Amino acid sequence: MTRVEEEAARIAAAGESAPRLARDPVNLPMVLNWVEAIGDANPVYTDPEAAEKAGHGGLVAPPAMIQVWTMGGLHGQRSSDDPLGAMMAVLDEAGYTSVVATNSDQTYHRYLRQGEHVAVTTRLDDVVGPKRTALGEGWFVTTRNTWYVGDEVVAEMRFRVLKFRPAEKPAAVAEAVPAAVIRPAVNHDTEYFWQGTALGELRIQRCGGCGLLRHPPGPMCPECGATKPTHLVSDGVGEVYSYVVHHHPRVPGRATPFVVALVELDEGVRMLGELTGIAPDDVRVGLPVEVVFTKVDDDLTMPTWRPRAGGGS
Amino acid sequence: MTRTLNLGDSLPEVHVEATPTFVISSAIATRDFQDVHHDRDLAVARGSKDIFVNILTTTGLVQRYVTDWAGPEALVRAVDIRLGAPCYAHDTLKFFGQVVERFDDGVYVVEVVGRTPQGDHVVGTVRIEVPA
Repeated sequence: MTRVEEEAARIAAAGESAPRLARDPVNLPMVLNWVEAIGDANPVYTDPEAAEKAGHGGLVAPPAMIQVWTMGGLHGQRSSDDPLGAMMAVLDEAGYTSVVATNSDQTYHRYLRQGEHVAVTTRLDDVVGPKRTALGEGWFVTTRNTWYVGDEVVAEMRFRVLKFRPAEKPAAVAEAVPAAVIRPAVNHDTEYFWQGTALGELRIQRCGGCGLLRHPPGPMCPECGATKPTHLVSDGVGEVYSYVVHHHPRVPGRATPFVVALVELDEGVRMLGELTGIAPDDVRVGLPVEVVFTKVDDDLTMPTWRPRAGGGS
Repeated sequence: MTRTLNLGDSLPEVHVEATPTFVISSAIATRDFQDVHHDRDLAVARGSKDIFVNILTTTGLVQRYVTDWAGPEALVRAVDIRLGAPCYAHDTLKFFGQVVERFDDGVYVVEVVGRTPQGDHVVGTVRIEVPA
């Protein structure tokens, strides 16, 4: 058992914190502030007649306000027996210093009426980790809140946060300079394409089951469902099917404006790429183009497009 | 006036403009005074693009989206949400929903997605009871 897990077990074993009373009873001014800000026009919160008609027997508070009543407020401090605060401190100490909420599951047993005064308790449900996440390595901490009016349970919430150690920023992002280029994501599905460009081949994915040509690449044929992609080598000629002239924002490795064309290949599939060797104003749909392979470095060769010699007008 | 609900019914798409005023006023109305919800300099210093909507507001918006559609007589029994991409100031938050479950006692589950340009901000379900 890790230290984090030991501490989690200890905090969970302590059970529910003592009930903490809301600053104010359920009251109309706070409800009005809330419905104005959220934009909630449900009349059962503000119009006694509508509340009556809906069977509430008087004005009620929006159920989703349950947590609002017991928020700590501007100068709030966690009570000493608060399990979430204790668990956060343990994880802070272990280097998991950032926090992001991931889940909030609220159950409302009944609507609250004006003047009712709720109290809340908290207990630690579980702590799971360490997990690798997009944000960094961290622990999922789940707590359970219970709201009472007197002894009656009126609402409950399961709340989960990810307490994480922020991931190091990838070097590529830190060093993004205009001289660099945006590199393609090469993976199992796309590596055949980039291996091809390095060899001066424009490869089109071909279904090993039914022969359908497709681009961009994917693991499964949309026609027959086969997961046996092969490829063929294109002649590398086609025409502009559509295009944009990119002026803004600036893109690493590109001088603006530049043209991005959707090229319809003679083989029938369409492929995106930069179109060079022509002024943006002269580009038109139907322009005959051919592929050019531009070697960026040993690991990357980009296919781009240029007007086809002798392509006519 | 409560509408008749059927499985598979789609809710009309609703857009919420998350202006800075919206982000701040809703954070304060939910008594959430975390600086990332009202101070852009500090939010940026902490690695965010801008100030962003707090969770209690997201829960409120999800509830509002469903009750605006279902009518004032629908009773909200649960709001379960999973949070994804932050909803930053100046984002448009687009809500989509569909009735995905029905129980005998007039209880329905509506699935809700709230999407920003960054991706899904919230995916969740709202359990409502509609009196017969």
